[in-house]
Amino acid sequence: MPEEAFSRRGVLTAGAATAAVAAVPAAGQVPAPAPPTPVMPVRLKVNGRTHRLTLDPRTTLLDALREHLHLTGSKKGCDHGQCGACTVLVDGVRINSCLSLAVMHDGDDVTTVEGLGTPDKLHSMQAAFVKHDGYQCGYCTPGQVCSAVAVLDEIGRGIPSHVQADLTAKPRATADEMRERMSGNICRCGAYSNIADAMAEVAKA
Amino acid sequence: MRAFTYERAKDPAAAARAAARPGAKLIAGGTNLLDLMKLEIETPSHLVDVQELKLDRIEAADGGLRIGALVTNTALAADERVRRDYPVLSRAILAGASGQLRNKATTAGNLLQRTRCPYFYDTAMACNKRRPGSGCAAIGGYSRQLGVIGVSSSCIATFPGDMAVAMRVLDAVVETVDAGGRKRAIPIADFHRLWGDRPERDTVLEPGELVTAVTLPRPIGGRHFYEKVRDRASYAYALVSVAAVIQPDGTGRVAFGGVAPKPWRVAEAEALLPQGAAAVTARAFQGATPTPDNAFKLPLATRALAAVIAQAKA
Repeated sequence: MPEEAFSRRGVLTAGAATAAVAAVPAAGQVPAPAPPTPVMPVRLKVNGRTHRLTLDPRTTLLDALREHLHLTGSKKGCDHGQCGACTVLVDGVRINSCLSLAVMHDGDDVTTVEGLGTPDKLHSMQAAFVKHDGYQCGYCTPGQVCSAVAVLDEIGRGIPSHVQADLTAKPRATADEMRERMSGNICRCGAYSNIADAMAEVAKA
Repeated sequence: MRAFTYERAKDPAAAARAAARPGAKLIAGGTNLLDLMKLEIETPSHLVDVQELKLDRIEAADGGLRIGALVTNTALAADERVRRDYPVLSRAILAGASGQLRNKATTAGNLLQRTRCPYFYDTAMACNKRRPGSGCAAIGGYSRQLGVIGVSSSCIATFPGDMAVAMRVLDAVVETVDAGGRKRAIPIADFHRLWGDRPERDTVLEPGELVTAVTLPRPIGGRHFYEKVRDRASYAYALVSVAAVIQPDGTGRVAFGGVAPKPWRVAEAEALLPQGAAAVTARAFQGATPTPDNAFKLPLATRALAAVIAQAKA
């Protein structure tokens, strides 16, 4: 038996086919076939390159990046905006790409972890994560890195936070500030203290 | 997610007309709606994207501020005028969600967010809000997070937001336009409904009626507080929250979040502020119907308000 016959993807596909067959109603009750899913043109600039896609409007920005553009750095963790693994920058601002439709980003400029740096030329935040061991399994790391870059930018632009004592003061990159601002990125391995150390090093640089 | 068609509206009246059609829904930031669509709790057949409506400015108006419906939570909390004159609003927004979500979440969308009741989210469960007439599995179920006052025998869910609780103490007004181009101004006190026997309706908005702005009256001074008690230090919904503006003489305004279908403010209760927290909450929560799971919210509300009053005196 060839190995791919037992791949997880193969089993999932077979399972879905079975479910589809099982869902067909009994003879005489067959409803009219669903109209074909409409598709829409979407232009995305991702990491400096413009892509023209034709997408089902249900496609999230995350799925457009991963499944259509094959940029698999951004991860699907919870797919409900709770874990932050899908964090990307849109026009320089961090968002959960799982909770946004690709069609809503027609014409937008997206930066994923692949656009921050490369293995040969790491972004300073990526280098700091390596130096401080800011991960264990690594699954949440692309989202953590994108979020961390955006957090330092938000502090620099004076965006206030929940832990700021004086709302009218300019925020500083303290450990408390970075922990609060990173609360939308969950790390199941618990690398939080090392992530905070990595961010502190970049903030000081 | 069920299939839908998608359009971008070009002006508010056109958006309202498109959204008034059966099965259509407005989408702005999408952080709540898309979550619910993935779970098939919301199943719109058509989405009307309002991002190009140019409702993203905060302007001075009548001594106060007019906040466009599409102003993001981040932009509103960071606005210098809000931080200086209405800090309870900045504090409430910053106490909610995560940085990523606040960057997308809008002012109107935040007002229109749906409950976080676990039985509303579980499509295998009875829920009068999700499926009218199916019953309420929360009553007699796991109700630790749910409402203690203003609830009904049909639904004990809460309004989950923070921003609206601050807007309630600021006497904000919600401006709307409908499919016929008619405008109205709804005091925030009247915007969210008590569930009664129609828990599927969260607000008084009519189908297609579009929120265009929220206005804040001129600043009222005083010291501003948003005290939020939750299960984690960050990124969690309120078990109980207190929005308060306390004047130097000890009088002030107070509203509670996490306890009711709407931000909970009782004029007769806040008049008792100079007498202390226990007097205020005894009146504010008169007639409360807590469950054994969430009865802790009543003493918690008193203690949260006591903490605010102590800070105001410090």
